[in-house]
Amino acid sequence: MNETTGGIEDDEGSGIVKKFMFVNRKAPYGTIYALEGLEVVLISAAFDQDVSMAFLDDGVYQLVKGQHTKAIDVKNFSPTYRALEGYDIEKLYVERESLEMRGLNAGDLLVPVEVLSSAAMGDLMKTQDVVIGF
Amino acid sequence: MKFGIMVNEGPYTHQATDSAYQFAKATLEKGHQIYRVFFYHDGVNNATRLTEPPQDDRNVVTRWSKLAEDHGIDLVVCVAAALRRGICDENLAPGFRISGLGQLVEAGIQADRLVVFGD
Amino acid sequence: MLHIVNKSPFENTTLASCLRVAGKGGGSALLLIEDGVYAATKNSVAGNAVHGVLGDIQVYALWPDVEARGIQDRVLEGVKMVDYGGFVDLVVEHSNVQSWL
Repeated sequence: MNETTGGIEDDEGSGIVKKFMFVNRKAPYGTIYALEGLEVVLISAAFDQDVSMAFLDDGVYQLVKGQHTKAIDVKNFSPTYRALEGYDIEKLYVERESLEMRGLNAGDLLVPVEVLSSAAMGDLMKTQDVVIGF
Repeated sequence: MKFGIMVNEGPYTHQATDSAYQFAKATLEKGHQIYRVFFYHDGVNNATRLTEPPQDDRNVVTRWSKLAEDHGIDLVVCVAAALRRGICDENLAPGFRISGLGQLVEAGIQADRLVVFGD
Repeated sequence: MLHIVNKSPFENTTLASCLRVAGKGGGSALLLIEDGVYAATKNSVAGNAVHGVLGDIQVYALWPDVEARGIQDRVLEGVKMVDYGGFVDLVVEHSNVQSWL
């Protein structure tokens, strides 16, 4: 039994592999959704599923470089996005329109991402088995 | 079909848990099964037995407890989210159990559909 | 894919984002629930936006939420009403579902 994974050992897998997409549309720190959403993504790594993360609207702000949270005394969890690669979670998609509306580009982000148009993002979402938004 | 349901908001402040409950009831009435209902973020607050809403309005918490009892539904509260918000075994309402986020992922894998209710 | 929007289009950009990303059809459908049903009202800016995509995607609204909010007589033509049972059927009918939160 593994409490962290909720009692499921990763080598007891059923063999089912589904496409999981975790959709992030909210900025960090103003609400907890970004942080707790990331915690789900990290746990999902133990289940050998086909995991991707989508960042749209204010969700793109989760990936912005230069987050320093000492003055608000809230944990800075932005380094965790860089650690995702170590968990084999490498499919990070960002919507181009969301970046542009906010005057951002991929160079402003702290991890490598694939930038997709709205239409391409929509097409990608259609191919997923399980979509979880926070 | 087997359904997984995720509830991301607490009782009364958002309609999410009401919508999830009505959806859950409708899935059962249609002859489907509910694999698990997973409570995350403030959704863990649906599991407090200390709730005392006004008598003339629905009791969100006991409604979930009754659904679990009547139909054998697995109501799971995320341990990490629960600890943050002070939901623990001592104040857990009947029918709910506290477990890890893996239970949510497992529901996504095992259910035919996972529907999320939140803000 | 079944897209579910639960926020009022007048206080939140969720519907706009959903339509921007998913509004081009290809078998997709939009279900408005909770405060999202306000997007299905005629003579409104949001209703006009929804009217504009009716040719591309099927749009549904959850009748109990419409009735709760007193907008029964203001519903846009072309938006189909469903009850919770119909909501379940929509989820079954589409191979995947996304709640826009």
